Amino acid sequence: MIANIESFIFQLMNYPYLQNALLAAILVGIICGVIGCFIILRGMALMGDAISHAVLPGVVIAYMVGASFFIGAVITGVLTALAIGFISQNSRIKEDSAIGIMFTAMFALGVVMITALQGTSVDLWHILFGNVLAVSQTDLYITMGIGIFVLLTIFVFYRPLLLSSFDETMAKATGLPVKWIHYMLMLLLSFVTVASLQTVGIILVVAMLITPGATAYLLTERFSVMLFLSALFGIISAVSGLFWSVIYDVSSGASIVLVASAIFIFFFFFAPKQGLVFKWLRTPKRESKIS
Amino acid sequence: MAEQFVNVDNLSVHYYGQTAIRDISFSMKKGTIVGVIGPNGAGKSTLMKAMLGLEKFGGRVSFFGNNINNMRKKIAYVPQRNSIDWDFPVRVDDVVLMGRFMHIPWYKRASKKDRERAKAALVKVGMESYSNRQIGELSGGQQQRVFLARALAQDADLFFLDEPFVGIDVRSEEIIVNILHQLRNEGKTMFIIHHDLSKVEKYFDQLVLLNQVLIQAGAVEDVYQPSFLKEAYQGNAAILKEGNEMVVVGP
Repeated sequence: MIANIESFIFQLMNYPYLQNALLAAILVGIICGVIGCFIILRGMALMGDAISHAVLPGVVIAYMVGASFFIGAVITGVLTALAIGFISQNSRIKEDSAIGIMFTAMFALGVVMITALQGTSVDLWHILFGNVLAVSQTDLYITMGIGIFVLLTIFVFYRPLLLSSFDETMAKATGLPVKWIHYMLMLLLSFVTVASLQTVGIILVVAMLITPGATAYLLTERFSVMLFLSALFGIISAVSGLFWSVIYDVSSGASIVLVASAIFIFFFFFAPKQGLVFKWLRTPKRESKIS
Repeated sequence: MAEQFVNVDNLSVHYYGQTAIRDISFSMKKGTIVGVIGPNGAGKSTLMKAMLGLEKFGGRVSFFGNNINNMRKKIAYVPQRNSIDWDFPVRVDDVVLMGRFMHIPWYKRASKKDRERAKAALVKVGMESYSNRQIGELSGGQQQRVFLARALAQDADLFFLDEPFVGIDVRSEEIIVNILHQLRNEGKTMFIIHHDLSKVEKYFDQLVLLNQVLIQAGAVEDVYQPSFLKEAYQGNAAILKEGNEMVVVGP
């Protein structure tokens, strides 16, 4: 184990691509963790999954026309969010069904486009599952830009975001533009997904959004602390996931997600207040016999 | 002199062609506690949401001569308890501080004064010793008091409370009623949705009785009459006379 860590540090110091990968993974851990808290508390986990899948056609089109994949992804991500809202508000279809319709449609469109382009440089596997070791200097700058923008937005709009997540009716009554706040979050979510494309890939982004936040949710009773803990778990998952992936030569995105899941499972059982084990211990014997 | 009334003129709300409430008009003087009562599905919440400008409506609403949009900071809202996610990671003091949010400019943090104002509101509802608790750990009555504290912290002139007396203990009820009376004596105006008919005379000064259309609005003793109640609740309530006390058995 110690030898492995030494080897990881040695490689880290000698290979710039690994440094880029580590930085990108840490950044993604932070922003996914932070945005994820809002996604969880607003009950939008499915929406997170939807937006992340829906960016696929945008990425492919961007590759085709040679534009930045960032722009293409954000456009299709936001379009999908708007389309989901449009369908659920203008028919009897509920939002979760609208999400199911839209994101699979967009994802299928992306897959069809990629298979039509067979033989070009678009690598479906990398988009779907990420390849953090291929993060270029430019990608890193884009990720940094997105990270700063997302964190700054949340810092500035912390109070409206908190109030509209907790008590939407009061938020509306005090005149907050609740609908715009929702679409702003969708925009941020698209940004975050794009930033995560190379690190964990489209399929697993939702894990980075939900799992660290859910873990933090088990540990705290304050929203600000939840944001902080979630980002922290994101970082820990990123760093140790990358470590495992380098040492054992396995997929980086999947390793990162596995670490995040392991942390979640640990706290699911052993969180001081919410953990299952301590809940069992607190249950009086009499009650447990009845059930 | 500023206008002293909350006026509602011919207020109607439709959902997809279905009428929720129709042609509701009433006028309530500043400094009163107004009960909004009626059976389930009568449109009480719809009326409140329309008055708050959260629902598209036909007609006119004015608060002391002002449009709602000029009054938003002065209007406090206490939600129905079942509309809140009680697992949300906020503590009691965080919730009460939300009552100050609309007064804090976006580029500033909550000041010491804001925190003191929130603390004072919490003391007023007798919940200061719970300030570090997560809101889901409280009883129903305590939760309701915390949300009332949030409204108090807002320094509002108008209060809208949605079913504040549902599922709460006697002590919380007493505290809440006392605070409402105190607010009235300070010249504040309150609209309170109340769905059963018990204690109506104890809680309110004025009543708005509706069932999609307005049945009657005015002083409690004028509105709380068997004939009007029968009209509003139709077959769903039995009205008994026990001496002078009127008891209504809800559905």
